Amino acid sequence: MTPLSNQGLETRLLDFIVAQFLTGLASACSLFLVASGLSIIFGVTRIVNFAHGAFYMLGAYVAYSLTERFSGALGFWAALVCAAAVVALLGVTMEILLLRRIYRAPELFQLLATFGVTLMVEDLVVLMFGPEDLLGPRAPGLKGAVDILGQAIPAYDLFLVVLGPLVLGAIWLAFHTTRWGILVRAATQDRDMVAALGVNQKWLFTSVFALGVFLAALGGALQLPREAVNHSMDMKIIVEVFVVVVIGGLGSVTGAFLAAVLVCELNAFGILILPQVSLVLVFAVMALVLVLRPYGLLGRADGAARPAIGTFITPWRAFTTRERAAVAGLVLLAALLPLGAGAYVLSVAAEIAIFVLFAASLHFLMGAGGLPSFGHAAYFGLGAYGAAFALKLAGLSMAGAILLGPLLGLAGAVLFGWFCVRLSGVYSAMLTLAFAQIAWAIAFQWVEVTGGDNGLLGIWPAGFAATPAGFYWLALALAIMGVAALRTLIFSPFGFALRAARDNAARAEALGIDRHRIQWAAFALAGLFAAVAGALFAFLKGSVFPDTLGIPLSVDALAMVLLGGVETISGGVVGAIAYKLLSIWLMSETEHSKLVLGAVIVMLVVAFPHGIGGAFTRLRDRLGGAAA
Amino acid sequence: MLEVSRLDAFYGRAQILHEVGLRVGSGEAVALLGRNGAGKSTTLRAIMAQGPRRTGEIRLLGADVSRLETHELVQAGIGYAPEDRRIFTDLTVMENLEVGRRPARPGHAPWTIERLFALFPNLAEMRQRRGGQMSGGEQQMLTLARTLMGNPLLLLLDEPSEGLAPRIVEQIALAVMALKTEGLSILLCEQNLHFARLICDRTCVMARGRMVFEGSFAALEADPARRDALLSV
Repeated sequence: MTPLSNQGLETRLLDFIVAQFLTGLASACSLFLVASGLSIIFGVTRIVNFAHGAFYMLGAYVAYSLTERFSGALGFWAALVCAAAVVALLGVTMEILLLRRIYRAPELFQLLATFGVTLMVEDLVVLMFGPEDLLGPRAPGLKGAVDILGQAIPAYDLFLVVLGPLVLGAIWLAFHTTRWGILVRAATQDRDMVAALGVNQKWLFTSVFALGVFLAALGGALQLPREAVNHSMDMKIIVEVFVVVVIGGLGSVTGAFLAAVLVCELNAFGILILPQVSLVLVFAVMALVLVLRPYGLLGRADGAARPAIGTFITPWRAFTTRERAAVAGLVLLAALLPLGAGAYVLSVAAEIAIFVLFAASLHFLMGAGGLPSFGHAAYFGLGAYGAAFALKLAGLSMAGAILLGPLLGLAGAVLFGWFCVRLSGVYSAMLTLAFAQIAWAIAFQWVEVTGGDNGLLGIWPAGFAATPAGFYWLALALAIMGVAALRTLIFSPFGFALRAARDNAARAEALGIDRHRIQWAAFALAGLFAAVAGALFAFLKGSVFPDTLGIPLSVDALAMVLLGGVETISGGVVGAIAYKLLSIWLMSETEHSKLVLGAVIVMLVVAFPHGIGGAFTRLRDRLGGAAA
Repeated sequence: MLEVSRLDAFYGRAQILHEVGLRVGSGEAVALLGRNGAGKSTTLRAIMAQGPRRTGEIRLLGADVSRLETHELVQAGIGYAPEDRRIFTDLTVMENLEVGRRPARPGHAPWTIERLFALFPNLAEMRQRRGGQMSGGEQQMLTLARTLMGNPLLLLLDEPSEGLAPRIVEQIALAVMALKTEGLSILLCEQNLHFARLICDRTCVMARGRMVFEGSFAALEADPARRDALLSV
């Protein structure tokens, strides 16, 4: 072989870069389709449709089974489009049966409902299509590769590269030249005014939902020739889609396109240049974009948005003497549990106590602070890792680990919180998600320190806490102290200022309250308490895995708070107990725990649009309202 | 045309309106006066089923419309131009008008773009301008034009003169008077007594969520002390 000249190497490199760039563009197509669908739906209905990933996955599954049935070249393409249409119908069904009932609930409630649907879909596809990866057919007519600058590029990839901008153009035309499109754009800005001009919002919402889900499902179907279909593709895409939508600007289709290209190119080149931190790279760029342009590349500050937390019809008040006595009685009862319970029950009870503290910390952030978080597990997990490091690396005792470990969570919350409190509403929440994913990616990829996927093992409690009863008492005591401390904070001058900033930022600032500072402090505090829960969790399980930072855990916490009632002071506590008991019980009773849990979440959301705690408060008001 | 009786409205537990009653006859223009916070805008919002929870009876052309949703009220013939104008700032003038467009009503000449531009010549010169790039007066004209695109029988106008220069207020007053001449019924919320008197036949005055005066402008003016107690700031 003749040695390549320098110039030859450079040309080679350039060719390679072009090829890599095209691969990135091809990947951007599906991501853009899904993200634009999410963005359009959010713009008009203000719903963050968590089920969008599930519809993407369903699109791929349905397309798979249709390509099995339809034959010929035409059959393949017809299968993709039919699959998207079928899934769009499913989406419309969900919108009509579920979402229409809860449009007036706080925004995050709809997220929770669609999360419930996602859980159900995940189990359903396994039931219907089996757990194995399914390999779809190649696209007829586009099976080969095209030679571009000496690099073989799959013809199907080139097709996708062209399709993305075509879809963008089609959406643009529909939005600017049809009456429907003009109504959609108007509703994105002020949907109540559109209704005040005689437009039936319901059907506008439904049609927008149909289009959004169609795009998501088409995105999934188009992936068929590129990757295997499996039942976890929904979570993977939804995180990327959130990132794309936030970078591009919620409600902006062109922004979604630019961001999808940006994210996919970052992935395509990041993996070459910095393979260890490729996961971190995308999220770091997202954080950067949000700090520079808080509403994304092409997004706009929306003035008409409702607060993420609903209006407070019942003002918060401290416990009365009688309620205090009742709570003391319940605490005493909980403390007596080891007298009559075995090791398994005690470990379940300790886990519930830990999650009560975790949920209470998130509730403090969301309910009192008005700062919704999709990534609260970051601080829980950092606390767990902190405790593990303190024990394993620093050689501290269990007490030292539980005392000092949470400082890692606090540090994370101080760092991430600084960014998050500068944004508001859904943007802030999505940024919390991105930070949680960064923390997760570091734990997952920095194998030398964190053990990566294998986690850190052998983190067992010592001394009096080594027995199940001892550990339960420890967890219970810390949970009670934590919840009491958070409650005290809510009724302290700090809490008043925090709630003032939540209810009316402008007025609070006019009163001399430094909103960012006080919310930053609340974020750090919430992170610290979550980290204490995480440290306890590490000792409960005897190990720490990246899962403790993961999205499912963050969503669990969100579900607990919303189910308990974010507008009710005890919502976090009530929700954690109810949700944890339910999920542990379901896990032991059924093989399809996700299906049942998802269905239960959906039913609870419809039955209690203000959470369990909120429903209780309302009942109490109705019964005792005349006297009070 | 419109008959409202015993209208109560609530935000949460707070009652904002107490047994408000009012009547607008066919082709009549009625001014709803009162100080800031008297409940004028809330009355209009309550009629439109936007915002507050409400109880009471609302009749349009004799039919009970209390249970209708906002868009159904518009379809039934009420046009609503809200206080803060709420122009779609991203949409052009033409697109804003398109959002308001509704089918013609039998027996009434439909509003067309040409007729509206004749009424508001300024708008004709900025068809492709975005709502966000218009002056306050132009936005107010667009709001009126957009509402008229729905071919309403009754107009609810919430402070169309608010924050505008006297010259623009005059233009808008002329346009509203022209609408009245066309036979439209009008319920006008105003702080500007002069503006209201130009247009309206009759007046109702609200204070603290209640109706406290109903009658002619002459009757209201007859007792300057009372008028100032009710209206002046």
